Amino acid sequence: MKLTIHHLYADMMNLYGDRGNVISIKKRCEWRGIPVEVVDVGLGEPIKPTGCDLFLFGGGQDREQTLLVEDLAGKKGADLRAIVEDGGVVLGVCGGYQLMGHYYETPEGEKLPGVGVFDLHTEPRKPDEERLIGNVLVRVRGPEDDRWREIVGFENHGGRTYLGAGVEPLGEAVVGFGNNGKDGTEGARRLNAYGTYLHGSLLPKNPWLTDQLMLNALRRVDDAFELEPLDDAAERVAFESVANRVRHG
Amino acid sequence: MVSKPFDSARLFAAVAAARMARLASRTLGRGGGSTVPGVVARRVDPGVLTELSRRLPLGSAAITGTNGKTTTTRMISRILQTAGVRAVNNSTGANLVTGVTAALVLDSDLFGEPASEMGLFEVDEASVPKVAAEADLQILAVLNLFRDQLDRYGELAYTGKVISSAFEDLPENGSVVLNADDPLVASLGRSAGKPVYYGVDEPALDTGRLQHIADSKDCPLCGTALHYDAVYMGHVGVYDCPGCPFGRPVLAYRASRVRLDGARGVDFVLQAPGGETEVRLNLPGLYNVYNALAAAAVAAEAGVGLEHISRALREFGGAFGRVERVKAGDREAFLLLIKNPVGFNEILRTFVASDDARHVLIAINDNHADGRDVSWLWDVDFEMLADARLEGRTKGASPFTVTGTRAEDMAVRLKYADLPVGAVIPDLEEALKTALEATPPGETLYVLPTYTAMLEIRKTLSELGYTHPFWED
Ligand SMILES: [Zn+2]
Repeated sequence: MKLTIHHLYADMMNLYGDRGNVISIKKRCEWRGIPVEVVDVGLGEPIKPTGCDLFLFGGGQDREQTLLVEDLAGKKGADLRAIVEDGGVVLGVCGGYQLMGHYYETPEGEKLPGVGVFDLHTEPRKPDEERLIGNVLVRVRGPEDDRWREIVGFENHGGRTYLGAGVEPLGEAVVGFGNNGKDGTEGARRLNAYGTYLHGSLLPKNPWLTDQLMLNALRRVDDAFELEPLDDAAERVAFESVANRVRHG
Repeated sequence: MVSKPFDSARLFAAVAAARMARLASRTLGRGGGSTVPGVVARRVDPGVLTELSRRLPLGSAAITGTNGKTTTTRMISRILQTAGVRAVNNSTGANLVTGVTAALVLDSDLFGEPASEMGLFEVDEASVPKVAAEADLQILAVLNLFRDQLDRYGELAYTGKVISSAFEDLPENGSVVLNADDPLVASLGRSAGKPVYYGVDEPALDTGRLQHIADSKDCPLCGTALHYDAVYMGHVGVYDCPGCPFGRPVLAYRASRVRLDGARGVDFVLQAPGGETEVRLNLPGLYNVYNALAAAAVAAEAGVGLEHISRALREFGGAFGRVERVKAGDREAFLLLIKNPVGFNEILRTFVASDDARHVLIAINDNHADGRDVSWLWDVDFEMLADARLEGRTKGASPFTVTGTRAEDMAVRLKYADLPVGAVIPDLEEALKTALEATPPGETLYVLPTYTAMLEIRKTLSELGYTHPFWED
C-alpha cells in the first residue's frame, strides 16, 4: 500500500514553510517502511487520486491566491469537494484553508470564491485592524477518540474567518487569535478535512496530528491498519518548549 | 517636490539641536544615538534633509533590498574612499529616514555646510519613498527582494511597488541600479527612467534546482512560471518568461568566470561599460559576488573608474558582524550570520557541503529582529546536505550542536533531513563553550547564528577574552 501526498499548488503556495508538513508526512512514512510518494499538483493540472491519498493545500501570497481561484472554479474544485464528501483526507493551511471556504474577500473588496467544502467565509482586515501574528496554542478534540489534545504553531494572517453552522472548529485557541481573534475558535474540521491558520510548520511539532492524518488515509484502504510507534522525543521537546513559552506569555 | 523658501535660522537651530541631542544621548549612555539627532532635527526643521542633501556636490546614492545592504554599502564606501571621494554614511541599523537625516546633520557644520561631497545611504525597503522624496538621490540600487521577516513587510510584490514608486523622484539622468537576475527586481526597471542592470553569467554555478522558496518563480508581469536556464540561489538566476516578452534584461555590469575559493574568498571577471577587470574578493560565497557587482555598478555610475573599484574590492575586509573570524585560544570561531533560507542555503553550500566546516554550531533565536516565525527553517535545503553525504560527495561535519530560543525546532528540522544532531543546548553561552571544547585544537568552529544570537555569541566570546577579530572593517 502506497500513500500519495498530493501537494496542491506546491510551487505557488509554499509560503511559511509548508514544505515542513510534506517532509513530516513523508519521513514518518519512510521511517515505518510505508511506501510514500509526493505529487505536486500545479495550476491547470488535474488531481489524480490513487486510493490512498493525503491532500495538502498551503498558504500563498495574495497575487498567487487570485490565480488559484480561477483554477479551483473548474473541475479541480469539484473534485476536491467530492473527495471531502467521500471522506478523503485534506489539510488546508492559511491561504489554502481560506480557499476551502465559501469565499475570501480581498482588502480591495473583491470576493474570491472558494471551494466551499467548509461552511465559512473570510473577511479582510479593516484599516484599523492589525494582522494576526504570533505563536498559537490550540486545544483540539479528536473525533477518533474524543480526547483533548494540544497543537502549537505560528499564525500570520490579515483575513478574519467566520464559521457557519455547518462546520465545526478544529479547536479552541488557548493562546493566539485563531480564526478571527474574537470567538476563540481556530480552524475548521469536516469529516476528514482539516483547515487551520497554524503554520510554523504545523506537523513537525505536532506528530500525533501527522499520524492521525496518515492513519485516516491508510485506513481508507485497510481499516485495520495500525501505525508503528516512533521515537518522538525531539518533537515532544520542541512542542513543550513552544507550549511553555506561550502559556507563560 | 515643493520648494519652500529657505530658512537659514531654522536650519541652524535644527543642526544645533541635533548636536545637543547626540551629546545628551552619549552622555546618558542611551542607545539610539544614531537616530535621535535625526528625530530632533526633523522636529525643529522638517525640511532639514532636503536642504542639507542639496548641498552635497555629488548628490547621494541609496542602497536597498533584503540581503546585503550593509556589506554593499560598505564596499561602495571603500571604493569612494579609494577614489578620493568624501562620502557620508548612515550607520547600520539607522536605515530609516531619521537615520539618514542624522548622518547628514552630524556631517554638517553649524551653518549646514557638509564636510562630505556625496551621501551614501543604506535604506530600509519601506523607507525608500520617503528618503527619495527628501534626499537628492542620483542613484538608487535595489539588490534583491527575498522573503524576510514577512511579518514586517507583508507581500513581496507590494514591497516592489513601494520601491518603484520612488523612481519618479530621481532626476532624468539618475541611475536605478537593478539586479537583473532577480525577476521581481528586474521587472521594476520598466518604471525607471534610466535602469542599469547587473548580473552573473557563470553556468558552473547553476544549482540545477529551484530551492524550495516561493519568492518569485512566476513572471512578475503575467504570472506564468518562469523558465530558468540557470538557478544560482533561491529564485535568482538566468530566466525568461514563456508567456510574455519579459526576460532577464541585458547586463551593463556582468560577473563571469566566477571561482568560489571556499571560505577564503572568490575571484571573478567584472565587465562594465568602461572596460573589464579581474576582481579578487576576500569574502566567501556567490552572494558576495552580487554585493560586489552592485557596489561596482553604483560606484561606476557615480563616475569612479574601474581601477579604483578593483583595488578597493581587493582590499575590502567585510562588514562587521556578518562574517567574522575570531581567535578563540588555540581554536578559531568563524561566525556566519543567517538571515533567511537563501542565505542559509548559500552557507551550507559554501562551507558545510564543501567539507570546510567540520564542526558546526547552529544558533536560532526568534526575537523580533530575527523574525518571530521560524517556519523558514523548513525552506532551508538541508536535504541537499543529506544527499551529498549519501552520495559520498562530502565526508560531512560532526553532529551539529544546536542552540538558541528555537534550538528544539532546529533539532527537529535536522532530524527530518536525516542529519546527525549532537547536543541541543538552548542556552547560548553554554552551547558555545561546549561546541568550542568539542572542536579539536587547531581547528575551526563554524557558528551559524541568527541576528540576536550573533550579538549574544559575540558578547560571550568577548567575555571569554576572545576579542581579536581577524577581519575588522
Ligand atoms: Zn510573463
